[in-house]
Amino acid sequence: MSILARPSWSPYAAGAGIGILSWFAFWSADHPLGVSSVMVRVVAAVEQAAAPAHVAATPYLAKLAPFFDWEFALVLGLAAGAWLSARLSRSAPDTPVSSTRRWQAILGGFLLLFGARLAGGCTSGHGISGSLQLALSGWIFFACIFASGMLTAQILKNREI
Amino acid sequence: MFEPMPRILLGLLTGFLFGFLLQKGRVSDRRVIVGQFLLRDFTVMKVMLTAIVVGGVGVYVMHAAGLTKLFVKPAQLVAVPLGGLIFGVGMVLLGYCPGTAVAAAGEGKRDAWFGLAGMIAAAAVYAEFSGLFASTVQKWSNLGPVTLPELTGVPAWAWFAALALAAASFFRWLDRRARL
Repeated sequence: MSILARPSWSPYAAGAGIGILSWFAFWSADHPLGVSSVMVRVVAAVEQAAAPAHVAATPYLAKLAPFFDWEFALVLGLAAGAWLSARLSRSAPDTPVSSTRRWQAILGGFLLLFGARLAGGCTSGHGISGSLQLALSGWIFFACIFASGMLTAQILKNREI
Repeated sequence: MFEPMPRILLGLLTGFLFGFLLQKGRVSDRRVIVGQFLLRDFTVMKVMLTAIVVGGVGVYVMHAAGLTKLFVKPAQLVAVPLGGLIFGVGMVLLGYCPGTAVAAAGEGKRDAWFGLAGMIAAAAVYAEFSGLFASTVQKWSNLGPVTLPELTGVPAWAWFAALALAAASFFRWLDRRARL
């Protein structure tokens, strides 16, 4: 139990665990680890309830049916797993979020997901699952997020966020 | 609306382990992610490259043994870099990527909840323009689902060996320097 209660593990151990989890996902679910398309599934499920004709007319949404799938469950499980890990190690409670930080998070989230959908995946789908298959697309994505991320971090460095 | 229950349970279990590992690996911490982009903290790189090498070797072995297919995304040489560049800006602003934002939200970090709201808004907007992107940027210079071994003729094992060696020597050098 003590190892589960440690506040953190070696990054190599966590990384190796994620690698092994990838084997499991490929083998058991015929599906690589990925997260960003689930945000589209949320939108598709809501619009299906509110405006089913619009979903039927939008192939990008309609092709995702059934909306509550393995990957949707993966994301719900992900939140629960992180919650339990933090609880077991009694990680520090949350600090309040300033209104600047709130808008920054919303804008960041927007750009993040828009970019992910344009590229066809995120740090999980392209960055880990794609790169581990040695996909050219995964490695290009990896290089590009580091290029623009490093530049953005330098620009924001001196205004504490 | 729902996939069969066994697949949902399998997804929950896989996701649960994924979230647990991300949290223990400290990548659901915004300071760790921003620290990586400032080159002050290499936790993100260590986690990702280890996952890529360990995961990749296993997946290629399983593929050779006929136990799994590969799921390679198309190399769209305009859309992937463009999306990646936008993604990098968003990742630093938010301080998480989509997976680690879900993990952070699960832990109760409230900024991640706002990030998820922004993501869902982006998904809704993107869906409206998806046809336009599919017929333009995502069509331009699309090499299809190509891998580095196919592209170069260098076999997968050589890529993983080189990657493991490069990552191990770089991190060893970093960790030694940090102790001085």
